[in-house]
Amino acid sequence: MRTTPFYQDRVVTAFTACAMFWAVLGMLAGVYVAAELVWPTIDFGLPALSFGRLRTLHTTLVLFGFGVSALIATAFYSVQRTSHVRLFAPRLAWVLFYAWQLTIVLGGASIMAGWNGGKEYAELEWPFDLAIAVAWVSFGIVFFGTIARRKMESIYISNWFYGALIIVVAMLHIVNSLALPATLGKSYSLFAGAQDAVVQWWYGHNAVGFLLTGGFLGMLYYFLPKHAEQPIWSYRLSIVAFWAFVYTYIWAGPHHLHYHSIPEWVQSLGMVMSLILLAPSWATMVNGIMTVSAASQKLRTDPALKFIVLSLAFYGLATFEGPMLAIKSVNVFSHFTEWTIGHVHSGALGWNALITFGTFYFLVPRLAGTPLYSARLANIHFWLALAGVMLYVLAMWGAGVSQGVLWLSLDELGEVRFSFNDVMAAMKPYYLLRFVAGLVFLAGAVLMAFNLARTFAGRRTIKVAPPGTHVAAGGSI
Amino acid sequence: MKLVSLHRKIERNSGLLIFGILVVSSIGGLVQVLPIVLGEAHGTPSAGLVAYSPLELEGRDIYIRESCSTCHTQQVRPLLAEVKRYGPYSRAGEFAYDRPFLWGSKRTGPDLARIGGKYSDDWQRMHLLDPRAVVQASIMPAYPWLVSRNADHGRTIEARMRALQRLGHPYTDADIAAAPAALEGRTELDALTAYLQSMGRSMAGEPQP
Repeated sequence: MRTTPFYQDRVVTAFTACAMFWAVLGMLAGVYVAAELVWPTIDFGLPALSFGRLRTLHTTLVLFGFGVSALIATAFYSVQRTSHVRLFAPRLAWVLFYAWQLTIVLGGASIMAGWNGGKEYAELEWPFDLAIAVAWVSFGIVFFGTIARRKMESIYISNWFYGALIIVVAMLHIVNSLALPATLGKSYSLFAGAQDAVVQWWYGHNAVGFLLTGGFLGMLYYFLPKHAEQPIWSYRLSIVAFWAFVYTYIWAGPHHLHYHSIPEWVQSLGMVMSLILLAPSWATMVNGIMTVSAASQKLRTDPALKFIVLSLAFYGLATFEGPMLAIKSVNVFSHFTEWTIGHVHSGALGWNALITFGTFYFLVPRLAGTPLYSARLANIHFWLALAGVMLYVLAMWGAGVSQGVLWLSLDELGEVRFSFNDVMAAMKPYYLLRFVAGLVFLAGAVLMAFNLARTFAGRRTIKVAPPGTHVAAGGSI
Repeated sequence: MKLVSLHRKIERNSGLLIFGILVVSSIGGLVQVLPIVLGEAHGTPSAGLVAYSPLELEGRDIYIRESCSTCHTQQVRPLLAEVKRYGPYSRAGEFAYDRPFLWGSKRTGPDLARIGGKYSDDWQRMHLLDPRAVVQASIMPAYPWLVSRNADHGRTIEARMRALQRLGHPYTDADIAAAPAALEGRTELDALTAYLQSMGRSMAGEPQP
């Protein structure tokens, strides 16, 4: 007998599949640009394959294709279950799905064709900025509409984080994208020069903050307790960590502009707030580790949980490294170097990608109503991912520290000791290692895509018990 | 526990939660970003600064199109080694006509804030077309298509200058009307070279270190 599933999970499945697709494609673009830094002629003189355009494509696909699709999938999955109701406005959710994927497809093509707003991590031109704003509002309507209709008294922790993601990213995106269009594919920022820089890094840093940190913490707060079958270790700590996070993160942007042409007080304030940010960041990490430690025996057998625990370790590393790099006297060396790239990837690969992988290994069998196709492949993926991200980070640390020290090195007469070209030539082995690391990480992602596709191919109609007969995540609150 | 019972109000009311997030997340921006954006000081052009010519503007937009700022910064920090290597450190007033700013965040290649006049036009052209012909160890992409494309082949220079004029750049209507003629017969390579040669122009009077 076929039963109709209670929850609206088909749109979740669609977003999950697209997230996986964009992960592979976005990482492939990343591996390709990494190769271009070793073999600069492999763009074959084609504008669309040129480093600048392809690198912009890479960040756009992994951030907005992979990252956001994964966040919407998991938000829609968990908000229904923590609210005990079906998704509000399911048709709008489907409109959002098609609109978002179309924006990524056309936006990606526009970058390869040379449309570029010129602001880092917000390069898409104004027609796409408008589309993103409209899509984001529909995301908010579906999400908060579901919460407003909830049958549970309290709004669960994961939904605070997803809520903050929706609200703050909307604010950042709209303000930072303010521009005067000149033609269909070209606009000029409403802000100029130093003012534009301050706005951009308020956006750039907090896109990292509320999308890559906050959004994925929402994922953590639902899927970790669910998966470990343990309630969150400390509810009180979650409350403090959440509000401290929302308040503090927004101040930290100017650490991207240390010693730049912006006022000293803005830089120093950004530095101090970045240091304070360590507290709420690690509070969440402690909360997560304590939660999973109650279910540590599961770690031995469950590849999905291993991914999530490893992601927590990288989250801890990246949120420690960030404040350290925000100290002006450290930043003097690290700024403009590969160290920044290493830091970003210990967060993006080690934290964002790994927690998403772990979540998808948990989620897809549930969406398909059948066990994972191969736990062995998932285990292989785990080690490939760990090896890839470690190699990547080590290569970039080596490269970045070398650049930082060599660039600023003066001889006994007070002249610069090394020419820029000498330092650049010294990067070659690190760049090669980074390319290999990226390739290893990508190989793992391809294995995963195959594994999940096979799992889903064996899907059965999912029977989900109506709410009221099961306990919500964090049911002990 | 007082905190938990206080928080119970917020977590049981989605409106209150949304409002709380909005207020708490806005404070930083209101205190730290808004004064800079509204203040005169950081948007005022420095004394020697002139608006980009049509050819330079076209070059700058090509620079943005190719995402050159991914690898090249335009920001000399006030550090001895940087001033020695590149030239006078950057001042906010130099960037008043930069929409968007192109300071960059990564130096895969060298900083370009003081590149103007450092090399000849011919060197720049050759370097853009085949970087390894002039710098053996270079890993910069070659840009062969720049030489075969006419500058402003989309015929949008007037629309672009008009937009910038609206945003306060000192272009007169006559400047805008004369722009297409100024780009006639020029290639994208000419435009990008002109932009590169314009960099750091307003600081030309500064003593070299």
